[in-house]
Amino acid sequence: MSKPIKQIHLAAHFPGVNNTTVWSDPAAGSHIEFDSFRRFAQTAERGKFDFLFLAEGLRLREHHGKIHDLDVVGRPDTFTILAALAAVTERLGLAGTINSTFNEPYDVARQFATLDHLSAGRAAWNVVTSWDAFTGENFRRGGYLAKEDRYDRARSFLHTTWELFDSWADDDLVADAARGTFVRRAEVGEFAHQDRHFDIAGQFNVPRSPQGRPVIFQAGDSDEGRDFAASSADAIFTRHSTLEAGQKFYADVKGRLARFGRSRDDLRILPAATFVLGDSDEEAQELAREVRLAQVSPATAITFLEQVWNTDLSDHDPDGPLPEIDPVETEQLVSEGRAAARIEDRRATAQAWRERAQAEGLSTRELIIEVTGRQSFVGSAKTVAAQLNELVQADASDGFILVPHITPDGLTPFVDRVVPLLQERGVFRADYTGITLRDHLGLPPLGERGRTEAAS
Amino acid sequence: MSGPFLGVALTAGGWHPQAWREDGARAQDFFTAGYWVDLVAEAERGVLDFVTFEDEFTLQSPYAGAPARRVDHVTGRLDAVLTAARVAPTARGIGLLPTATVAHTEPFQLSKAIATLDFVSGGRAGVRLRAGANATEARHFGRREFPDSPVGTADWRRAVAAAFTEVSDYAEVIRRLWDSWEDDAEIRDVATGRFVDRDKLHYIDFHSEHFSVRGPSITPRPPQGQPLVTVLAHQQDGFELIARSADLGLVTPRNPAQLGQIRAAIRAASPERTLPDPPIVVADVVVFLDGSEAAARARKERLDLLEGAEFGSDATVFTGSPTDLADLIEDWHAAGADGIRLRPATIPDDLTRIVEEVVPVLQQRGVRPSRYDGSSLRERFELTAAINRYAPA
Ligand SMILES: Cc1cc2nc3c(=O)[nH]c(=O)nc-3n(C[C@H](O)[C@H](O)[C@H](O)COP(=O)(O)O)c2cc1C
Repeated sequence: MSKPIKQIHLAAHFPGVNNTTVWSDPAAGSHIEFDSFRRFAQTAERGKFDFLFLAEGLRLREHHGKIHDLDVVGRPDTFTILAALAAVTERLGLAGTINSTFNEPYDVARQFATLDHLSAGRAAWNVVTSWDAFTGENFRRGGYLAKEDRYDRARSFLHTTWELFDSWADDDLVADAARGTFVRRAEVGEFAHQDRHFDIAGQFNVPRSPQGRPVIFQAGDSDEGRDFAASSADAIFTRHSTLEAGQKFYADVKGRLARFGRSRDDLRILPAATFVLGDSDEEAQELAREVRLAQVSPATAITFLEQVWNTDLSDHDPDGPLPEIDPVETEQLVSEGRAAARIEDRRATAQAWRERAQAEGLSTRELIIEVTGRQSFVGSAKTVAAQLNELVQADASDGFILVPHITPDGLTPFVDRVVPLLQERGVFRADYTGITLRDHLGLPPLGERGRTEAAS
Repeated sequence: MSGPFLGVALTAGGWHPQAWREDGARAQDFFTAGYWVDLVAEAERGVLDFVTFEDEFTLQSPYAGAPARRVDHVTGRLDAVLTAARVAPTARGIGLLPTATVAHTEPFQLSKAIATLDFVSGGRAGVRLRAGANATEARHFGRREFPDSPVGTADWRRAVAAAFTEVSDYAEVIRRLWDSWEDDAEIRDVATGRFVDRDKLHYIDFHSEHFSVRGPSITPRPPQGQPLVTVLAHQQDGFELIARSADLGLVTPRNPAQLGQIRAAIRAASPERTLPDPPIVVADVVVFLDGSEAAARARKERLDLLEGAEFGSDATVFTGSPTDLADLIEDWHAAGADGIRLRPATIPDDLTRIVEEVVPVLQQRGVRPSRYDGSSLRERFELTAAINRYAPA
């Protein structure tokens, strides 16, 4: 029995504040001027992408107690820039990463409801749970939340916002001037929510938005994170982008859905992916090597090394072998503010790296390039289109969130050269067929109310 | 230009609670982007200096102490900062001043939101801070309690004073965060591999009863350096807040004599001020405009009849002809108002008349410009260029 051919979902991740982004390239533009965001978004929309994606970190990263200066530093406010981008795009979904630890449901709910109104149904929320005290130093409550409570608060936070979104029925807003009826009932927006995290009541003050509520993304990888996604998310942003790891992750998460009374089709799985295109596969490989060298400078290699070893290795030769000393296991981290770099078992990681370096004859920098700088898709447009489609059809994912390494025009070659090939194959839309982001993602409409009752 | 600054306070439908029922009010569009884009474009047609966007974390009450909610009032509102951001890319010259609430939000978040609005608008952003220290909003957040003390009691006065202290601290934090990046912090030095010069990024280490913030901001210093901070004040605590913390103070005198008293109160409190410029004082006026005073009054009465109550406001209420309003604007300017913020009683009617009939009179008199000149909002208000407190002199 042959499987039906899947349609690929594509998204564009604005280049982030990590070493994937090559700022030293002469083509690299501003990471903060609105024009960069406008160009990036309009390129994604020209490519009929599902959505644009913004990550978030609420404290500048530090290394050895100093602000990390080797990567791009600084980015705009997520909600504000997405609202502005709604003015210069028409169909592109607008996905923002917003933390559930240092915000409050009433405020976040009305910001997303507003964004959904102002974009005519294109808002999405990537719910992240970073809870660390380092980030907390920028907020009223400080580092108040224990790690083991992060998803408990996130779940409660998310479901509370759903209650707020659902507090207005679709037909509560009447605005009938002749009859003098603005709202159908005086009690619009009434809500009361009480649990361990939130004890709130009153009236929500934004009418129900075009999508009912934003599309929900989740991006944590732990067991709790996966359950959170299976219970409550419409899509997952993951790092598992290879065939094997992707299939394993895909099967795992899709397998969890039934437990929460949801169907396999209710959740999209979208790994982050980088790409390097060339006129030929050989040229692309050559370019990819150059990009990797730019992404992992000798100083960056040492920074990564210190993240794992958790100690000062500034005297270490990046072109020599890995250090012989063992990593330092302390609470005090050399590197702070990186959600992606919380390392569970330093010794095991160091051991695995040593074995690989030995087996393949790699210097420190070469090893770091191999373990961090791996690119997902390298080749001619034809090769990349074929590989990408293969991964989706093989259920390693439902599509990809592409992370270009050049701001703001790094996406352009993909849109110009790969997208048409995917369209020719009939696996990617030739034009938008819907209005809202839910439409683009093929998610069923929410109906009159959401599904607040699901998943507690 | 020596004439008065001129702005409009936007709110869905207008400031009269029945305004949304007027012909052309577009009540079906209040929650769409197009509505706000059009209002701002209309204000720009009048070459106004700024628009404000109202906001709060509650459903609207048309006036203080209003009785139970009525289904014939505009109910619900969009987040003001996002609305301003949504109109910014299509606006060409006007200043954008959304309202933001202090009591339940994080200064770290608001600082970068307004910095981003400044980037998106090309240096024409500001913010109006409101305290929001009331029981209804507090219940929506569940993190703090504010007593529902009757207005004027000693408890109420203490609560107001505490709330205004918090607004002042909040303003200090967002300002420090705007300065936490020096303008030339981003160096992109390929030779040393450094994207920023970290010596030009600064911790702000602010500590107060309600928040401690370490910094630096995650957003670079905005184009204006310091977007405008505005507060609306009605009495002494508020005037002191303007004196201490605001670039621009919105006030509600009933007449030119009161305006003089308010100015004096602000000046008397000014020694505490660390900002380089004195506060710009802008007086609020609700306007019902028509061909004649009688016609304007009749319009107001018709709306009042629909409402079943006479319209009241914290600001003075003007009914009259466009020429009468132009005279009032000039008189109040002469009496000490640096500018006037008009609150159109109905939109579009009063906004259209401001743009088409009041502004041209002022332009003819040579006290209002006829086009935008590409200046930032600080430049428009003739404020000195913002010096970064952390940069070496
Ligand atoms: C692909 C991916 C992207 C992420 N992006 C962000 C981000 O932009 N901001 C953030 O604060 N956390 C981000 N995270 C962190 C997670 O969302 C999550 O909150 C954190 O890792 C803790 O959850 P976990 O233990 O389940 O991984 C990301 C995680 C993954 C896997």
